[in-house]
Amino acid sequence: MPIAQAAPYLVLRGISKSYPGVRALDGIDFDVRPGEVHALVGENGAGKSTLVNILSGAVAADAGSIEIDGRTVTLSSPRQSEALGIAVIHQEFNLVPQLTAAENIELGHEPLRGMVIDTRELHVRAAAALARLGVTVPLDAPVRTLSVAQQQMIEIAKALSVEARIIFMDEPSAALTGQEVDRLFAIIKTLTAHGVGVVYISHRLEEVFAIADRITVLRDGRLIATKERADMTSDEVITLMVGRALEAHFPTLPPDPPHTTPLLSVRGLTTRGRLQDVDLDVYAGEIYGIAGLVGSGRTSLLRAICGADRYDSGSVTLGGAVLHLRGPHDGIAAGLALVTEDRKSQGLILGMSIRENVTLPHLEDFATLGVIDRPKETTAVATLSAELHVRSRSIEQAVRSLSGGNQQKVVLAKWLLERATLICFDEPTRGIDVGAKAEIYDLIVSLAKGGTGIIMVSSELPEVLGMSMRIGVMHGGRIVREFARGEATPETVIRLATGAA
Amino acid sequence: MAGALPPTAQSVEAGEAAAAQAAARARRTAAIRAAGLIAGLAVLLGILNALTHGDFLAPGNVVNVLRQISVNAILASGQTFVIITAGIDLSVGSLIALTGVLMAGVLGAESSIALGVILATLVGVSVGGAAGAINGLPVVRFNLPPFITTLAMMLMARGAAFLYTGGKPIEIDNPAFNYIGSGLIGVGHAFGIPGVPVPVIIMLAIVAAGHFMLTRTRFGRYVYAIGGNEEAARLSGVNVFAVKLSVYIISGALAGIASLLLAGRLNSGIPQSGQGYELQSIAAVVVGGTSLAGGRGSLVGTFVGALLIGMLYNLMNLLNVQSYAQDVVLGAVILAAVLLDELRRRYFTSG
Repeated sequence: MPIAQAAPYLVLRGISKSYPGVRALDGIDFDVRPGEVHALVGENGAGKSTLVNILSGAVAADAGSIEIDGRTVTLSSPRQSEALGIAVIHQEFNLVPQLTAAENIELGHEPLRGMVIDTRELHVRAAAALARLGVTVPLDAPVRTLSVAQQQMIEIAKALSVEARIIFMDEPSAALTGQEVDRLFAIIKTLTAHGVGVVYISHRLEEVFAIADRITVLRDGRLIATKERADMTSDEVITLMVGRALEAHFPTLPPDPPHTTPLLSVRGLTTRGRLQDVDLDVYAGEIYGIAGLVGSGRTSLLRAICGADRYDSGSVTLGGAVLHLRGPHDGIAAGLALVTEDRKSQGLILGMSIRENVTLPHLEDFATLGVIDRPKETTAVATLSAELHVRSRSIEQAVRSLSGGNQQKVVLAKWLLERATLICFDEPTRGIDVGAKAEIYDLIVSLAKGGTGIIMVSSELPEVLGMSMRIGVMHGGRIVREFARGEATPETVIRLATGAA
Repeated sequence: MAGALPPTAQSVEAGEAAAAQAAARARRTAAIRAAGLIAGLAVLLGILNALTHGDFLAPGNVVNVLRQISVNAILASGQTFVIITAGIDLSVGSLIALTGVLMAGVLGAESSIALGVILATLVGVSVGGAAGAINGLPVVRFNLPPFITTLAMMLMARGAAFLYTGGKPIEIDNPAFNYIGSGLIGVGHAFGIPGVPVPVIIMLAIVAAGHFMLTRTRFGRYVYAIGGNEEAARLSGVNVFAVKLSVYIISGALAGIASLLLAGRLNSGIPQSGQGYELQSIAAVVVGGTSLAGGRGSLVGTFVGALLIGMLYNLMNLLNVQSYAQDVVLGAVILAAVLLDELRRRYFTSG
C-alpha cells in the first residue's frame, strides 16, 4: 500500500512539555504511518528525547493529545505504551548483560509451564522473533558477550516479540560500523514490509536520506517542518535544524608544524591482547587522526598514553622526558588530557554541577591548604562555560539535565581549563548535533594553532579525513599505516581498518 | 585564569555576570527552603511541647537530648563520609567496644592523670583508625565489597574486646577522662541549665569540622566525586585509592572518639558496649538524606537525622511509650523519612 495513503497509526496533536526554565516541546503535531520510516532530526536540546520520553510513557505531556489507531489515549507508564504497540530502542540498551539473548528477548513475558519457565518454548519464540528480522544471533550466549550490533538486534527482536507497531530508534547507528549499518537498514526494511512504523532519530543525515520516507525537523522544542524525503535536500535539512546556513563542514587546517622534535614519542607500546608494538610521533601543533574500528586498539592506545591503563612494554616520551605514569593523576600532572569516548560513564559525574565537573581535574589550582576558593572556581568555570557556549541555566546545574552536546562541552571544558600540552580526543563528536560539532572542530583547530598536540580518534571517516594533518590507521592493536596530509582516501582507510588490505 | 583560550573581555564579563546570577539564585532558593523548614519545624515542636506540658523544650531536656545523641552523631559523621563514597561501615559499634576496653586498659596502667588521658586518647583514635585502614585496604586494593570487610571487622573487633577483658568490664577511675564523657562546661546557670556537656561540644566541633571538609575542601569534593562516578573521578586524576582509604580511617578514628565519650560516661570500658550502634548510625545518615547509592548527602543532614531520632526517643520516653514499642515507631519513622525524601526529590526533579 502506498505510504501516502495509509492512515497514521500514531497521531500527536499540540504536544507541549515544560521543565523549569525550559520549554522542551511547544505544540508538536507528529504522526507515524504503518510501514513508513519517519526520521526525526534536530540539534541536541531540540526536543527529540522529550518527545520519545512522552511516547514511551516515561514522562507526561503538559498539553496536547495522543491518538493510537484512531483512539485518544493517555500514556502514563512504559508498560502501557508497550501494550499499545509502541517500543523504544534507546541509545543505551535495556538488556540484562548476564542473561542470554533468548532470555532477554522474552524478558517479562516468558512462556510458563506451570510455575517454571518453558525453556524450549522460550527459545522457539526468540528464534522466531529473530527469524522475522532475517538475522541470526547465538541465542544461548550471554548478551554481554555479543557485539553492539547484535545487542541492538536483540533489542529490536524484543520489541517485535511484544507486537510493537511503532518502533522508535534513538541514534541506532551511533555505535555501528558501516557494514552493520547496512544490516540495520535491511532489518528496518523487513520491519516496514511487515507494516511496522519506524521512527529513526539520528544526527547522520546521509543515513536519514538513505532510509527515511518522511523527515521531521525539530528546533528549540518546535516543529519546523515535516516533509517527504523527496521534497528535501540535505542542505535544506541542516539549515532548518540550525536555523542558519552552515558553510564548509570542516574548518581550514593550519599548515603542518615542522617535523623536527616530536612532542610525543611512543615506541614499541605493547599491552597483551590490546596493543602490538605501536610507534607514534606527534608534533606540537599537530592534529593526528586515528582511524580504526571499535576494538582495533585505538581507545587502548589513548588510555595507555595518558596513564589510564598500564602497558606491558614500550615507552612514552613527552617533551623529551620519558613518562612513568602510575595513573591518570600523573598523566594530568605531565600535561596530558584524555577526553574519553563515553561521557556518561567515564567523562562526567552526572549528579554534580557543571562547576564541580569542570574543576575536578584541577582542584589543586583552586585550593589553598586543601580549601577550595569558591569565588575563583565560579569565575573560571563561568567564563569558560560562556566561551564554549554551554547552554545551561547556570553553572550550578547538574550535568545530568544537560543535552548530549552540552554535556560534551562540559567534558571539553574540564580539559581546557588548564592548558594541556597534548590532548587525546576519543570520539569527540559522538552523538552530538551539527552545530555543536562545528564548534568542537573549531576548538580543536584553535588548540592546535596554539601549539597543543592533538590525537583524535574517530569512527566517522569524513571527520578523520577532514580534521587530521596526518592519519594513522589501526587494526588488531597496531598502527598498520600512516598517511601524510592529503595522502589518505576513504577507500584505502576503510580497507586498512577492516583488515582487507 | 590559565584557560586554553585567551578569555575575551566579553566572555569574562558574561562569565562573571552568570556566576553572580547563579549565586544569587542559589542563595534565594536556599533561603526560601530554609525558612519553610524552620517554620514547619517550629509549629511541630510547639505542638509536641504542649503535649508534654512543656517538658520537651525545657532547656534541661534539650541539653539532655543533645548529650544522648553525641555518640551516635559522631559515629554517623564518619559513616556519612563512607556512605557518600557508596560504601558502608558496619564495624563502628564493635570498634566502640574494642577501643573502649583498650583505653580502659591504658588508663589502668598509667598513674599520671594527664598522661593517661593523652595516651588513652591516642590509643583509642589510632586503633580505631588502624581498624578503618584494615576495613578500607581490601576495598581499594582488591575491590572487595565494604559490606564484607567491615562485617568481618565487626566480628573481629567485638571478639578481640572480649578476649582482652575476659568478658568483664574494666573500670576507669581517671577523673579527667571521665570528665570528657560526663562533665559540664559551666555557663553560669544561664538559660536554666547548669552547663553544656563536654560530649555535646565535642560532637558539635566534629560535625562542624566534618561539614567544612565535605563542602569546602578538595578532599570533600573528591569524596562526592568518587561516590558519583568512581571511574570518571579516577580519569580526572582523583587519587581514588587514598581518598577511599581515608574515609574508612576517618570512620574508624571517629568511632574511637565516640568510644572515649561513652567510656568516660560509663566510667568503664565494656566489651558489650556499642552493640547495634552501627545500624543506629546508618539510620541517622539515611534519615538525614544521604543516599546509600553514594554521591549525594550532607553532614548537616546526618546531624539533623541523629537529632530527629534522639528527639523521637526522648519524646516517647516523656509520653511514657513502652520501650519495645519505641523501636517499632522508630523503624516506621526511618522508613517514612526516607520515603518522603525520595518523593520530594522526584517531585523536584521531574516537576
